[in-house]
Amino acid sequence: MTMIFGIPLQAFLGQLLIGLINGSFYALLSLGLAVIFGLLRVINFAHGAQYMLGAFVAMLLLQYFGINYWFALILAPLIVGLFGAIIERTMLSRLYDLDPLYGLLFTFGLALTIEGTFRYLYGSSGQPYTVPPQLAGGINLGFMFLPIYRGWVVVISLAACIGTWLLIEKTKLGAYLRAATENPVLVQAFGVNVPLLLTLTYGLGAALAAFAGVLAAPVYQVSPLMGSNIIIVVFAVVVVGGMGSIMGAILTGYMLGIAEGLTKVFYPEASNIVIFVIMAIVLLIRPAGLFGRDA
Amino acid sequence: MSEIIHAPAKPRTERAGTASRTFAAFLIIGLVLLIIAPAFFYPIFLMKLLCFALFACAFNLLLGYTGLLSFGHATFFGGAAYFTAHAVKEWGLSPELGVLVGVAGAAGLGLIVGFFAIRRQGIYFAMITLALSQMFFFFCLQASFTHGEDGIQSVPRGHLFGLIDLNSSTNMYYFVLAVFLIGMLVIWRFINSPFGMILKSIRENEQRAVSLGYSVARYKLGAFVMSAALAGLAGGVKALVFQFATLTDVAWQMSGEVILMTLLGGIGTLIGPIFGAGLVVTLENYLATSQFPVTIVTGVVFMVCVLLFRRGIIGEFYASRLGRKLGFEHRR
Repeated sequence: MTMIFGIPLQAFLGQLLIGLINGSFYALLSLGLAVIFGLLRVINFAHGAQYMLGAFVAMLLLQYFGINYWFALILAPLIVGLFGAIIERTMLSRLYDLDPLYGLLFTFGLALTIEGTFRYLYGSSGQPYTVPPQLAGGINLGFMFLPIYRGWVVVISLAACIGTWLLIEKTKLGAYLRAATENPVLVQAFGVNVPLLLTLTYGLGAALAAFAGVLAAPVYQVSPLMGSNIIIVVFAVVVVGGMGSIMGAILTGYMLGIAEGLTKVFYPEASNIVIFVIMAIVLLIRPAGLFGRDA
Repeated sequence: MSEIIHAPAKPRTERAGTASRTFAAFLIIGLVLLIIAPAFFYPIFLMKLLCFALFACAFNLLLGYTGLLSFGHATFFGGAAYFTAHAVKEWGLSPELGVLVGVAGAAGLGLIVGFFAIRRQGIYFAMITLALSQMFFFFCLQASFTHGEDGIQSVPRGHLFGLIDLNSSTNMYYFVLAVFLIGMLVIWRFINSPFGMILKSIRENEQRAVSLGYSVARYKLGAFVMSAALAGLAGGVKALVFQFATLTDVAWQMSGEVILMTLLGGIGTLIGPIFGAGLVVTLENYLATSQFPVTIVTGVVFMVCVLLFRRGIIGEFYASRLGRKLGFEHRR
């Protein structure tokens, strides 16, 4: 059997794939956080809850309406995005003039409420969501066995990340967004409806989280706790990457996912905390974060 | 007679005089209530309340008086609970020394977490403290001395100074009350010291404090360690009261809970967090018997507080007409 650093190649590649998948979720989630923070100056603590909502909506759509994975992949983000937009319009928008910490506290409360509600209704244990038949099974690559669904997750989330990046960097809407980030008052004076832009941005961020949630549903179990488990890690990812750049958030997400996967191979006890350790090291060397502009 | 003497005094000082007299009156009433409370309430409940009140006040030292939102204070509270429980149970230390071990441990943890966290500001500070506290949670989950999921069970309360038997719940209550009062005195002294004044200036305008030549980072770290140590005092005593230390106390939910207590009572008020803690603990006790999950209530209260009354109960009272008539002032 081929060995790498005294580890069987298959175990190594298997963990690398898991790392890549976790990295995909970290990237999608930290991307959404960065987009929301960029414009609203709010750290969306409810991002994990919205990710969990995405997975639950997909599962409930299947259970009650027989709507399959492919439609859920579009419908769930729309529903959660709409929910996010309503929350932003009715409540979150009242907090923009205050210290950004209030936005964090509000969304924290929102996250607790959503998580608590789903725990009350569905219990804490996870429920399975079957892989869609088109993506079931796996391919033997010769050196390892690749479940098709996992490959799909990596490809589609990379596509979603690049799509969001293009939307923000290359389109007219994205130009408005970036301009409103720099100077909202001036952009409003030019006749752009900035409050609407803010609502759309929060909705988009929530939809991205929900999209990640639907993708995650067949990989992990659909559980009310899945959101709070991942959001703290994503915060560490955001601290490492700095929220100044969209591409930075994406790259950091993948990098840390892979680092976590590899730690599982070499020193499994530390795999839970490796991202936090990396965060501490980055804070020592480059307090502004790897891609950060402001401290 | 006293009215004649006070009449020509400047309005500002007179107001402050009224405030300090009202405050003294409230203080005496509060003390008397606390001393006779065990006759009316279940002592364990009261002790829990006092521990959380001290924890929330320690947390408020950082949020209210320095303007730093720590999202990881469970580390110091729960960490100290583990240290005290271990010291008392495995090393056989007396309760007062056990609590001191907890405080020292929490201060050490505070030094480490603070050292990293003060490198960033505002929202990042909150995220870093949260991430580091999650790291500490995983450490506690895996370390052998914490006994993982089981926690440290049946911790002996022992004899205070080798004399007073703390297994009697009355004795234990007065011990907790004494610790609480000492903790509050330390906090009061701290925020009214020159050090505390500089912390407030950092809260109001950090750039200006820097330009005045203060080493802001050092002051922030000092406040962080102080807050951590006091949170540790509360945590250590809590371990003795309940005779166990578990993962619940180091989990992120606990960090959220203490923020809620402070927010609900009034950020930046000395006694607000006590009321906030009282409300949250009472609410949890009440809900524990019903099927309804606490998280939903906590979450909704959080949202309502942030949206509608950010000054908290005591802050709103100070700002109300009655509060102002009694001579209180609330800034921010």
